[in-house]
Amino acid sequence: MKSRYSIFSLARNAMNYHKDWERAWRSPAPKSEYDAVIVGAGGHGLATAYYLAKNHKLANIAVVEKGWLGGGNTGRNTTIIRSNYLQDPSIAIYELARSLYEDLSRDLNFNVMFSPRGVMMLCQTEHEFRAFKRTAHANRLAGLDCRMISAEEVKKIAPIINDDPNCRYPILGAYYQPRGGTGRHDAVAWGYARGADSLGVDIIQNCEVLSIRRDGGKVAGIETSKGFIKTKKIGVVTAGHVSTIVQTAGLRLPIESLCLQALVSEPIKPVLDCVVMANTVHGYLSQSDKGELVVGGGTDPYNNYSQRGSFPALEHTVTALVETFPIISRLRMLRMWGGIVDMTGDRSPIIGKTDVEGLYVNCGWGTGGFKSIPGSGFVFADTIANDRPHPIAEPFGLNRFIEGRLIDESVAAAVAH
Amino acid sequence: MSGKPYRLAQGGRLIDRSKKVSFTFDGQSMTGFAGDTVASAVLANGQRVFGRSFKYHRPRGVVGLGSEEMNALVGIGEGPRHEPNLRAPQVELHDGLIAQSQNRWPSLNFDIGALNSKLSRFIPGGFYYKTFMWPQAFWKHVYEPMIRRAAGLGKAPAGSDPDTYEHMHAHCDVLVIGAGIAGLAAAEAAQAAGARVIICDETPRFGGVADLSAGTIDGAPQLDWVHTRAKLLAEAGNVHVMTRTTAVGHWHHNHLMLFERVSDHDPEGLARGTPRHRLWKVRAKHVILATGALERPIAFANNDRPGIMLATAARGLVERHGVAPGMKGVVFTNNDDAYLTALSLKRAGVAVAGIIDVRQGTDSAAARDARNAGIEIIPGHAIAGVESGYGGLSLSGVKIAPWRKGQGRVVNESRLACDFIAMSGGFNPVVNLWCHNGGKLTFDSGLQSYRPGKHHDRIQAVGAANGTMDLAAALAEGYAAGEAAVKDGEPKAGRSKAESAPQRPLEPIWFSPATGKYNEGNKHFIDFQNDVTAADLELAQREGYESVEHTKRYTTFGMATDQGKTSNLNGLGVLAEATGKTIPEIGITTFRPPYTPFSFGSIAGSLTKNLFLPVRRTPIFRWHKAQNAVFEPVGQWRRAYTYPRAGEDKHQSINREILAVRNKVGLLDASTLGKIEIKGPDAAEFLDRVYTNMFSTLKVGRCRYGLMMNELGFLIDDGVTVRLGDDHFLMHTTSGGADRIAAWLEEWLQTEWTQYKVFVTPVTEQWAQFAIAGPKAREVLSKLGPDFDISAEGFAHMAMKQGKLGSHPVRIYRISFSGELSYEVATPANLGRGLWDAILSAGAEFGIEAYGTEALHVLRAEKGYIVIGDETDGTVTPGDVGLDGLVSKKKADFIGKRSLEQSFLRSAGRKQLVGLLTEDPKDVLPDGAYAVRAVKDKPPMEMIGQVTSTYYSPTLDHSIAMALIENGRSRMGETLSFPLDDKVVKAKITDPVFYDKEGSRQNV
Repeated sequence: MKSRYSIFSLARNAMNYHKDWERAWRSPAPKSEYDAVIVGAGGHGLATAYYLAKNHKLANIAVVEKGWLGGGNTGRNTTIIRSNYLQDPSIAIYELARSLYEDLSRDLNFNVMFSPRGVMMLCQTEHEFRAFKRTAHANRLAGLDCRMISAEEVKKIAPIINDDPNCRYPILGAYYQPRGGTGRHDAVAWGYARGADSLGVDIIQNCEVLSIRRDGGKVAGIETSKGFIKTKKIGVVTAGHVSTIVQTAGLRLPIESLCLQALVSEPIKPVLDCVVMANTVHGYLSQSDKGELVVGGGTDPYNNYSQRGSFPALEHTVTALVETFPIISRLRMLRMWGGIVDMTGDRSPIIGKTDVEGLYVNCGWGTGGFKSIPGSGFVFADTIANDRPHPIAEPFGLNRFIEGRLIDESVAAAVAH
Repeated sequence: MSGKPYRLAQGGRLIDRSKKVSFTFDGQSMTGFAGDTVASAVLANGQRVFGRSFKYHRPRGVVGLGSEEMNALVGIGEGPRHEPNLRAPQVELHDGLIAQSQNRWPSLNFDIGALNSKLSRFIPGGFYYKTFMWPQAFWKHVYEPMIRRAAGLGKAPAGSDPDTYEHMHAHCDVLVIGAGIAGLAAAEAAQAAGARVIICDETPRFGGVADLSAGTIDGAPQLDWVHTRAKLLAEAGNVHVMTRTTAVGHWHHNHLMLFERVSDHDPEGLARGTPRHRLWKVRAKHVILATGALERPIAFANNDRPGIMLATAARGLVERHGVAPGMKGVVFTNNDDAYLTALSLKRAGVAVAGIIDVRQGTDSAAARDARNAGIEIIPGHAIAGVESGYGGLSLSGVKIAPWRKGQGRVVNESRLACDFIAMSGGFNPVVNLWCHNGGKLTFDSGLQSYRPGKHHDRIQAVGAANGTMDLAAALAEGYAAGEAAVKDGEPKAGRSKAESAPQRPLEPIWFSPATGKYNEGNKHFIDFQNDVTAADLELAQREGYESVEHTKRYTTFGMATDQGKTSNLNGLGVLAEATGKTIPEIGITTFRPPYTPFSFGSIAGSLTKNLFLPVRRTPIFRWHKAQNAVFEPVGQWRRAYTYPRAGEDKHQSINREILAVRNKVGLLDASTLGKIEIKGPDAAEFLDRVYTNMFSTLKVGRCRYGLMMNELGFLIDDGVTVRLGDDHFLMHTTSGGADRIAAWLEEWLQTEWTQYKVFVTPVTEQWAQFAIAGPKAREVLSKLGPDFDISAEGFAHMAMKQGKLGSHPVRIYRISFSGELSYEVATPANLGRGLWDAILSAGAEFGIEAYGTEALHVLRAEKGYIVIGDETDGTVTPGDVGLDGLVSKKKADFIGKRSLEQSFLRSAGRKQLVGLLTEDPKDVLPDGAYAVRAVKDKPPMEMIGQVTSTYYSPTLDHSIAMALIENGRSRMGETLSFPLDDKVVKAKITDPVFYDKEGSRQNV
C-alpha cells in the first residue's frame, strides 16, 4: 500500500520541497501472463481493475492502454453525476455509481472532488413538464432523493437563469436531484489508477491491443504492440473502439460512434452553483471549481471516429445557452473539444459476457459514461470474477438486442448527458 | 509610483499626442493618447501592476505584445456591458473607458488572497488531489466554496447583454490569415492573379511586426512597403480586407470562423446600433496562414514580477506608444532579435544596463550594432534571480551568473541594478490553426520549436508561421504561396525584394535555476497565469504523471486563458531536460479552437431573444389572441389551449368547449397539423414501407389512418394520409413531429432507398386547416354552401372532397379525432381567416364554439385515441396500444417489421394500454403516476405501469385516465394502487374507450 495522502503528508513533504513523493502508479513492463486483462485504461477500465483487486482479491491483473490513462472520454466529458433515470435498470446502475461517488475520495485516498451541488433538469414546455413528472413518480417509488421544483426555486438556485416570462421557453419548473453534481474527471481516472496499482494491478500505458487470440471458443490472450499476453479473461472497455477490438475475435457489436463536443468559457468568479440541463433548447451548463463555465450539447449527426466536432453542432448549443443564461453573451469561449461516444440503439450500455468464453465487454455508455464509472467498474468486476452477470448488469447484456428487451432512456434524456 | 516620466518625450508611431483620452483604472482617473492601448496608457501613468495571478495571487504586469498576454488581464466596462479577462495590450483606448484589475480583494496592492503565496510551499501542483478529503461533507460545504471563491478570474457582467451580434457567410478562393509581410505578399500575389481574396488580421492595422523588425524591402523601410500594399489591397475589387479580425478556428474542408471585433473600440458606433462583434463563417478554397510567431519567455526565479516582459513587448511600447517600460532595463536573450529592443530603448533614451546573452561570444551584426550604440553585452550569462520589494510590486535588480551551453548556470552571482527586464527565449511559430483540423507538426532544431509539417487540407503556412524568420525568405514565401493558390499559378505581381542582416543561431534555454535541484524557495514560472512553475512540472514527472497530457492536467500548465501560447514549449523544454528526453519525445498537447477566446454572443449572432427560435403562428393567431385564448407551445407553434370567457377559469372553459362539441358543434384551428406531400411513381410503395399498414391499396379520394414505427419496432408517429392521385399523397403527422418526420422520410430516401422516385415536400404552413366537429357539423357545412354532395352517403367517413364552400376553395376530409361527426377543412393559408370567420357565422345559429387543444385532448381520451408522445414514449409497439390490427401481415417489409418479431416484443407481461376509472370520480390521477404491485410503507416499491393521459371528463362527469399496465388487457376490472406523495389513489382497469364504444356518433 502506498503512503497515504493527507494534509499531514502534504506538510511533511513541503518541508522537503516535495522531492520524496512516491509515484502515483508504476510504469511496469507487461508480464507474459495475467489472470485477467482489462483493455482500456479509462475510468471504467481502471475502476474494473480496482474492484477486481479489491473486492475479488485478484492480484495478477493488467490494464493495457493504447495511449495515456484517462485520455479518452473520461478526460473529455462535462463531469455530470446524476442517477434520476426513468427505467429501473438504469436507476439501479446509475444510483449505485452515484452512491459510490459519495465516498470515493476516502475509498481511494485521492480527492476526486465529488461535489453534490445539485442537478436541475429544466421544464420548458408542458410536455417536458409532464415527462419529468412521470420520472419523478418513478424515482420516488424507486427510493431516489429527487423532486420537482417550481420556477421560483429554480431562480433561487440558479439566479443567472433567464426568468423573462416572455422569453421563448419560459421556465415552468425543474426536476431536481440535490445529491447529483459533478466530480473532477481526471482525478477519478488517477484515483482508480493509483488505487489499482497499489493493489498490485499492472497499468501498461502506450500499449496498443492489436488483436484478441482465440483458442476455439475461448480467449487465449491478446496480441499487443508490446508482445503477446496470455490470459483467460479479457474485459474490453474501450468505448467506441470495443467494436473494432472484439471484431478481431469474430464478434460484431451494435455500436455507432459519434462525436460529442464540449467547451469551456474563460474562468470567472462563481455565478452558478449547480448543474443545469435544458433539454428543450438543447444544452447544459455548470461551473467548474476553476471558474470555467462548462458547456455540453448534442452529438454531430453523422458517425465518425475523429475527435473533432463540427461548428454547427456547437453553435446550436451555445445559442441555446445564451438564450437560457443571458449573461454569458459577453463571456468568451476558451476551448472546445470532441470525444467519440459509443451509442447503442437504446442509448443504454452493454455490460456482460459474449459468445466467446472469457471475453467480456463493457461499452455503449454513449453520452452518459462518466457518471457511471464506479457502478460500471463494480458490476463489471463482479461479472468477470464470477463469469456471470452481476444482477445489476444483467439487464444490460448483449442478448437484449436479440430479444428486443431494450432499456430506452430517450424519453428521459432527449439531450446528450 | 506614478509621476515618473514613463511617457517618453518623443516617439510612439501610433499615438496622437494632440488627442488626449480620459479613462479610469480601478476607479482612478488617468489620461492617455488616441492610439494607446490600455496596457500602454496605464503603464504611461506609472501603474505597473495590472492584476493578481490565479493561484498564488501574485502581483502581475504586462508581459506581451498582443494576444499572447497572460498576466495583464482587465475587466472593461460596467454593469451589463462589463467584459472580463481582456488582454490589456489588445484593448484599444477610448474616451470614457473603464478598466478594472482582477482577482484581487480588497485592492490591487493589498490582496488578502496573496496569503496563498506565503503558503505556496504547501500547495504545489496538484496538491488538492491529496487533501480536503476529510470529513466527507467538508468538500461540498467548506473546502470547495473556499476554492471557488479564490479561483476564477474576472467577474461576469450583470444582466442581459444590451449589444447585438451578427453572422456573415463568405466564400473565397484564398483566405490569408495575418497581414504581416508574408501575408501581404501572399494576398498581393493572389489578388494580382484574379483570385477572390479575404485577408484578415487580429490587430487594428496591417504590417504585423514590420515596424519592430530589422531589414528593408526594395531598399526602403518595411513600413513603406506595407503602406503601399495595404492601399493596393483596399482598392482592389477582388479583395476583402478585415482588421480587428481573428481567425479563431479551422474546421473540416477549410471552414473557418473569423471573429471580427466591430465596435469594441468605438462606443459611439455601438450606440448607433453597429453590432459589437461579427462572426464570419468562411469557406475557402485555399488558406494561407501568415500568423507569425510569438516570443518565448525564459524561466528564471521570480520571472513573473511586474516589469519583466517579452523583448518584443518592450520594443512595442517604446516604438508604438512612446512609453518606457521603466527607467533602466536589462535585456535577457538567447537570440539576436532582442538586441533590437536594446537599440530601441537606447534610441528612446531609456537606460540599458546590459544585454545578458546566454550565448558565448559577441561575433554578430546584432552585437556590433549594440556595441556601437554603447550598450554593454554580457555574453555567456543568464539571469539567476531578481531583487524585488513591496511584496513583489517593484523590481530593483537582477542577479546574473555565468551560463555554459549543455551545462547550465555556474554559481558565481553578480548583480545589475534595473527596474525592468526585456526577455527573449526565441520564437514559436503560431501553428494553432494549422493543427485545429489535424495538421501535423515537425520539430525545427534551429528554432527549437515546432513548425507546420503535413496537412490534408489546401492550407499553407508562410513566413514566421512556417518558421521562416528571415525577412527576404518570408517575403518570397508569401509571394510563392499566393501564386500557387491560384489555379494558373502564373506570377502576375512584380515581386519585391527584401534585405536583412543574417542572424546568429539561438541557443535554447528553458530554465535558469536560482539554486539547488528542487528550486527551494523560488518560483520559476512556466505558465504565469495558472502559476505553474518548473518545479511543478518536475514534480508531476516524479509522481508518474509522465504523459505530457497528464503533466498538463495535473499541473494545469497550458490551460489558462492564453492556452499555453507562451508556456507550452517552455514546459516541454523543462520536461525534456528533467527526463533526459528530446522535446519531440515528450510529445505535445492538442491545439484546439479557438486561437483566442471569442464571445458566446458572436456565436449566437442575431439568434437571441425574439429571434432565438421565432414562434410559429397559424393564420388564425390574431383571432385566438382577440378571444383572450390561453396559449401553449406545441413544437415551435403557439396553439390556443382554451378560450376562457369572462368569469370562467380554465377548467370551466375547457368543459364548456368539450360539451359544445359533444352536444352541438365545435371549431378547432388544426393548422399546425403536420402536412407532407409525397409524390412520385413510387409514392405508394414508399408509404407501404414507412407505415405499418397498407397504403398502396388506398383509393384516390380516400383517407387512411397510419402508424409509423422506427427500426426498433416502436411507434414514432401517426396520422391520416389522403390519396390525392395515383402517385400523389398528402400525409398528416403530429403537430410536434412534422419536421422530424419530414427529415426521417428524407433520410430513408437519401440513404437507404435511393432507388425510389419520390419527392417529399413539407407543406404544413401552406394550409389553414380546421376541424368542424359535433352533431351539427353537417348542418354548418350545408349552410356554407358546398358545391359538392355532403350527404352521409355521398360523403362517407374517411372520404375526401375538393371543391368550394361558398366562395372558399377547400379540401375537406371526413375524419374524426373526437368521435363526433367531423370534417377537417383545409384552405390555402392566406384564405384561412376568411374561411374561419365564415364557419363561425354559419355555425352561429347552431351554437358553434371554438375549442382549444385541451378540449381536443379530453375528447380524444374519452374515445381512447392515442397521442404519440403521451401514450407512447419510444418503447411502445402497436400491439401495446391495442393497434396490432394496423400492422400488415401481407407486406413484405416495412420499417420495424423485423424488430416486432423479437421475443420480448411478443412476450407476455408487456405493458398494455388500458383505461382507468378512479374510485372517487372527482379524483384525477396525476400525469405519469405509477401503479405498484403492492403498496409498502416506504420505497422501493415494484412498479407495474404508469398513467399516460389523465383528465376530468365532463361528458362522463368522471375522471378518466389512460395507462400502460403490465398485462393490462387481461386484468380488466382489477383495482390498482397509485401511491402519491401524500396518499394512495385507487383506480379500476377498464377498456380505454370510455365513450361511444360502437363509434355510432361519427357515422351519421
